[in-house]
Amino acid sequence: MASESDGRSRGLARWLVLAIPYAWLLILFLVPFLIVIKISFSTPVIGQPPYTPTFDVSGGIGSLMASLRQLVVDNYIFLTKDALYWKSYLSSLWIAIASTFLVLLFSYPIAYGMARAPRAWQPTLVMLIILPFWTSFLIRVYAWIGILKKDGLLNELLLSLHLIDQPLIILNTNWAVYIGIIYSYMPFMILPLYAALERLDNTLLEAASDLGSPPLRSFWQITFPLSIPGVIAGSFLVFIPVTGEFVIPDLLGGHTTLMIGKTLWDEFFANRDWPLASAVAVVLLVLLVVPIVIFQNQEQKRAEREG
Amino acid sequence: MRTFSRFNLTSVILGLSFLYIPIVLLIIYSFNDSKLSTVWGGWSVRWYGALVNDAAMLDAAWVTLRVAVISSTVATVLGTMAAVALVRYGRFWGRSLFSGMIYAPLVMPDVITGLSLLLMFVALGVARGFWTIVLAHITFSMCYVAIVIQSRLVTFDKSLEEAAADLGCPPFKTFMVITLPIIAPAVVAGWMLGFTLSLDDLVIASFTTGPGATTLPMRIYSQVRLGVTPEINAVCTILIGLVATGVLAAAIVSRRREQERQRAERLAAAMP
Amino acid sequence: MARTAVGPVQRKFAPWNDPAAKPFIEFRHVTKRFGDFAAVDDISLTIYEREFFALLGPSGCGKTTMMRMIAGFDEPTSGEIMLDGRNLAGVPPYKRPSNMMFQSYALFPHMSVEANVAFGLKQEGMPKDQIAARVEEMLKMVKLTPFAKRKPHQLSGGQRQRVALARSLAKKPKVLLLDEPLGALDRKLREETQFELTDLQVDLGLTFIIVTHDQEEAMTLADRIAVMNHGQIIQVGTPAEIYEQPNSKYVADFIGNINLLEGQVVSAAGGMVRMDCKGTGATVVVEEETPAKTGDTVWFAVRPEKIGVSLTAPTDRSVNAIEGQVWDIGYLGDISVYHVRLASGATVKATVTNATRLVERPITWEDKVWLTWAPDSGVVLTS
Repeated sequence: MASESDGRSRGLARWLVLAIPYAWLLILFLVPFLIVIKISFSTPVIGQPPYTPTFDVSGGIGSLMASLRQLVVDNYIFLTKDALYWKSYLSSLWIAIASTFLVLLFSYPIAYGMARAPRAWQPTLVMLIILPFWTSFLIRVYAWIGILKKDGLLNELLLSLHLIDQPLIILNTNWAVYIGIIYSYMPFMILPLYAALERLDNTLLEAASDLGSPPLRSFWQITFPLSIPGVIAGSFLVFIPVTGEFVIPDLLGGHTTLMIGKTLWDEFFANRDWPLASAVAVVLLVLLVVPIVIFQNQEQKRAEREG
Repeated sequence: MRTFSRFNLTSVILGLSFLYIPIVLLIIYSFNDSKLSTVWGGWSVRWYGALVNDAAMLDAAWVTLRVAVISSTVATVLGTMAAVALVRYGRFWGRSLFSGMIYAPLVMPDVITGLSLLLMFVALGVARGFWTIVLAHITFSMCYVAIVIQSRLVTFDKSLEEAAADLGCPPFKTFMVITLPIIAPAVVAGWMLGFTLSLDDLVIASFTTGPGATTLPMRIYSQVRLGVTPEINAVCTILIGLVATGVLAAAIVSRRREQERQRAERLAAAMP
Repeated sequence: MARTAVGPVQRKFAPWNDPAAKPFIEFRHVTKRFGDFAAVDDISLTIYEREFFALLGPSGCGKTTMMRMIAGFDEPTSGEIMLDGRNLAGVPPYKRPSNMMFQSYALFPHMSVEANVAFGLKQEGMPKDQIAARVEEMLKMVKLTPFAKRKPHQLSGGQRQRVALARSLAKKPKVLLLDEPLGALDRKLREETQFELTDLQVDLGLTFIIVTHDQEEAMTLADRIAVMNHGQIIQVGTPAEIYEQPNSKYVADFIGNINLLEGQVVSAAGGMVRMDCKGTGATVVVEEETPAKTGDTVWFAVRPEKIGVSLTAPTDRSVNAIEGQVWDIGYLGDISVYHVRLASGATVKATVTNATRLVERPITWEDKVWLTWAPDSGVVLTS
């Protein structure tokens, strides 16, 4: 007969397995967002912390209400007025969309080639693609500085081949940012694409060919549509983080490169305006919330389906 | 009709070249004798020597290593628990929120994560430094670990756990003695993923750090702002070498194990 | 023990007929719902100790759910399950005195054969030397002693099955549950294993419950069979009872081959039923006690091997005889199955043993033949 205490200890262990990570994420992921939202409604001051009001729980409900009344929307109003910000948002979105498309364009043939490669090579190919991904992001972006500089390796090569007679200015322009993004995010697109393409049943293409479809048409009507889940997964994995990207525009971009991640960093560290930085972050989060939720739903459904 | 056409081959080769050429160039120029990074002055290892004497860099490396080991280990434990809950607990109250909190950090821009954590630490009056970086890294690493282990658990044969229960093994023991050993490669992969992410993180560490806790990426970044030097190339080459060795070793081990397993199965199938 | 016929050994073992016998496993009005769907619908069943009992039915009939409820992996939505007088409600699987042999064997891949078999014993806290002795005994029983140190992936399918069997018997459970045990084996291995299983069960004196969709498996192995459909038990009986005395068209059709002739009751008295099978144009007289009344629509169920085929007409053509034309012949070497088409268009199957060595048989396609049967060769079914 099941003993009462045994059932209880079973239930407790089961509950803990969920409760501990849940609590961790609530405290260290969700609560910080709530704090960002609160501070975005605050006013910057000199001091520690550099914003007001601060919620002092010891003062009781009364002081809490008083603090709440000190919240302002000034920061948000400022964002709409100052061109730097809304231009940064638009620029970030545009760069993210454009680079997602470019990454897809370059990654697709590679993923397709990998999927069609002889089976014996495939694990090696996958490993070769994954290896740069495991290497430091910072290092890989840094590598491009040496190449794209005015006196860098690319210009040296082009000059020595007499393809140009003046060094190209690439570093610290938007071009460098695009190159950097494509380079860094390609593995994120190649892997889901490869996974989707590799799963494709070759006999479908044979059947299409048998029914008279030329290869190119078979690709557009059969292969590509069936690879769309991979395209979508990869696109989310590129678009969302690129929108808030900091390192690449900072190291490879110039003064005219407006990306919101860089703007936020400058606002925070250079200007020490925490409330404004928070407002910038909140707006960015709002912009990304819909793609993030869609991404999360897709991935969860995919995980369940493969069970 | 699995054609690997010339177009396919060219795409793959071009793609791999594009991915590797910058890394290879960086490695080569770490051996450049000249201080000017783009003027080739001959082969030399002086920059590696300079590294050994660079106390700030060594310090940063030590901090980074400790943060990575601690955070990835804790993250692996938490991530495994989260994965078990996601896969085995069915529909529970608050499941969507939990699932959302696991998937969101995968794509969340670092600046948002870093900023939010810093603001919370300040609001709570938590002294920032080594441990706040560790806490931040555990938080995002555990989500990656959870995803890796979730996908392994989803294809795990539940009848093995049922058989264990049927033979008298209570649930927690079943997990430790049956499930965990079988999904161990995924757990190790999760740990390695957490380790690499921690090793590589610049933005979140910059936000959540405090006095005396400079990580290697932070140090490299501050040097890079001053200019490209071969010494930085040397550090990067060492890091690349370490990671490459790790990934290659893992790939070889898993390949060897898979071949052995297939050979054994073929032998067994030939038996009556 | 000398074997005289295929199937359960002739014995006086029939506790279900003994009113004093104590039930070993009881389902009391057990229902199991998954959402709106009732996988098991108000089932009451008694299984006795030392029985080899089979739950037989198509997939989705609820047989696996019933087994899982005995093992403890599912709990009944309502009703009780008793094992040896004890209510199993709320008892987790790792505390039940039953053990299961899984369809996929579920051998622990990271443990050797020895460790797999010893696993259940370790959970009990048995001392090490006793465990070693029991494991050795088990491996000898399934003839796998030289393979003790191997891992599952180094074994063939048949060997893995034996390990699964040894592991599930190691704890000498009160009842062993077998989930489609012979499904993954090829024909020859299946036949060998069938006999080994029944011998083992008798020697060990344990209660075995198997779940299967394969009627041949059930008929060969079981003392009694429960034929199931849509979460309900349609009939429980020995293989012979099920085969020769089906209680419904479903059971008659599920096991073996059957001919069903529809007709109306002309008279039903004194243990004899007279049926008018219009359509087939035959009058059927059956030796049967039936609750059906005059005028009711019933079916006469007769097995192909009980029907005689002849080119010459019987002496009395008015009763239990029909004329037809041979439409098709299935020659199986030991038997021939004649598909005879009647004037009404219906087809009757008749099986004849090829007792004489003839290459050219007397009855061939398109011959006109007479089908005859004895009054006690079939049953009257009301549903």
